[in-house]
Amino acid sequence: MRVTVEAAIEIGGLPITVRCADCAFIGMLKERYANFLGAPARRGVTLEVSIAPPSIISAEEDLKVTYGSGRWMMRRGDFLAEWDPVTQQGCVRQSANPYAIDSVLRIIHSLVLARRAGLLLHSASAIRNGRAFLFSGVSGAGKTTIARLAPPDATLLTDEISYVRRVAGGFHAYGTPFAGELGVAGRNIAAPIAAIYFLAKGTDNRARPIPQSVAARSLLRNVLFFADDAALVEDVFRTACELVSSVPVYELTFRPDGEVWDLVA
Amino acid sequence: MGSGRVSEKFISRSDKVAARMLGDEMMVMSVVDSTLFSLNETASLIWNAADGATPLSEIVEREIVAKFDVSAADAYRDALALAEELARHGILRIADRPRAAKR
Repeated sequence: MRVTVEAAIEIGGLPITVRCADCAFIGMLKERYANFLGAPARRGVTLEVSIAPPSIISAEEDLKVTYGSGRWMMRRGDFLAEWDPVTQQGCVRQSANPYAIDSVLRIIHSLVLARRAGLLLHSASAIRNGRAFLFSGVSGAGKTTIARLAPPDATLLTDEISYVRRVAGGFHAYGTPFAGELGVAGRNIAAPIAAIYFLAKGTDNRARPIPQSVAARSLLRNVLFFADDAALVEDVFRTACELVSSVPVYELTFRPDGEVWDLVA
Repeated sequence: MGSGRVSEKFISRSDKVAARMLGDEMMVMSVVDSTLFSLNETASLIWNAADGATPLSEIVEREIVAKFDVSAADAYRDALALAEELARHGILRIADRPRAAKR
């Protein structure tokens, strides 16, 4: 006799159903992704997770994402995973930590988004007055700081990884459970993107428009993309160029106080 | 154009790139290694005209000399240097004869 439990985690409109025989693991996922749980989905991706003792998996191995025989193979020190983009079925063998499945979810979303004119971006994002604002930068640029300084009327979508998709009418940002230093999952809502800011810490607050070519370079430096696949790289490039062509992009120099949000509207 | 040159050159864009004009710069990404290049206005004109069939001298004459205040010899020298640099990065091909038309 074997019992399998599942959790359907829906981010950006894409449900990924995770099935596992380990009830405690699924319980942990339901807690971690509480704002993003949906009803078990007949559509979308299904992942069968098997839990392996940590000793079976080498913690030293760097992430590798490759494609072969109709499947994406994802491999890192703490997990091995496969996913068939046609059947949408996949399997994960991992130790019982949330970071492994978190990474698998990010990778699969990045692969799906690339084909759907979307991308995952290293950025905090928030909705204010019905419009989404993205604050991008490398680690240490101030994503968590700007999220922490957000005024009460701003709704946080994420302080770490923004989910961007082109839908009818333009690009939208969606909330994600992928939290950074703030340790708080975003709200599971979406809004059209009004502006993108590339963060720079300084002694005063100012927003300076930047040319599209500079914006594209900065954006591409901060896109999360793991796969060594020419067709998908081309898709991501085109999406990045479209995004900076359709949304104003600024360099936002800021000092760590809430007044910087006066520039965000 | 052309006096003193040993042979004509024909340049063509690699099919392993994605390119898009943003503002007055051409952004070119190698899809092989994700390296990103940006070409200024004049380099973009050369890039866009790199069809593998038109001699480089003719491209330079039509796209650069006719539009900018520059001598043909200087423009050709600069264009060839650009082509050689892009070829070193694998995003442009240089040949001594025109590319055969695709059937």
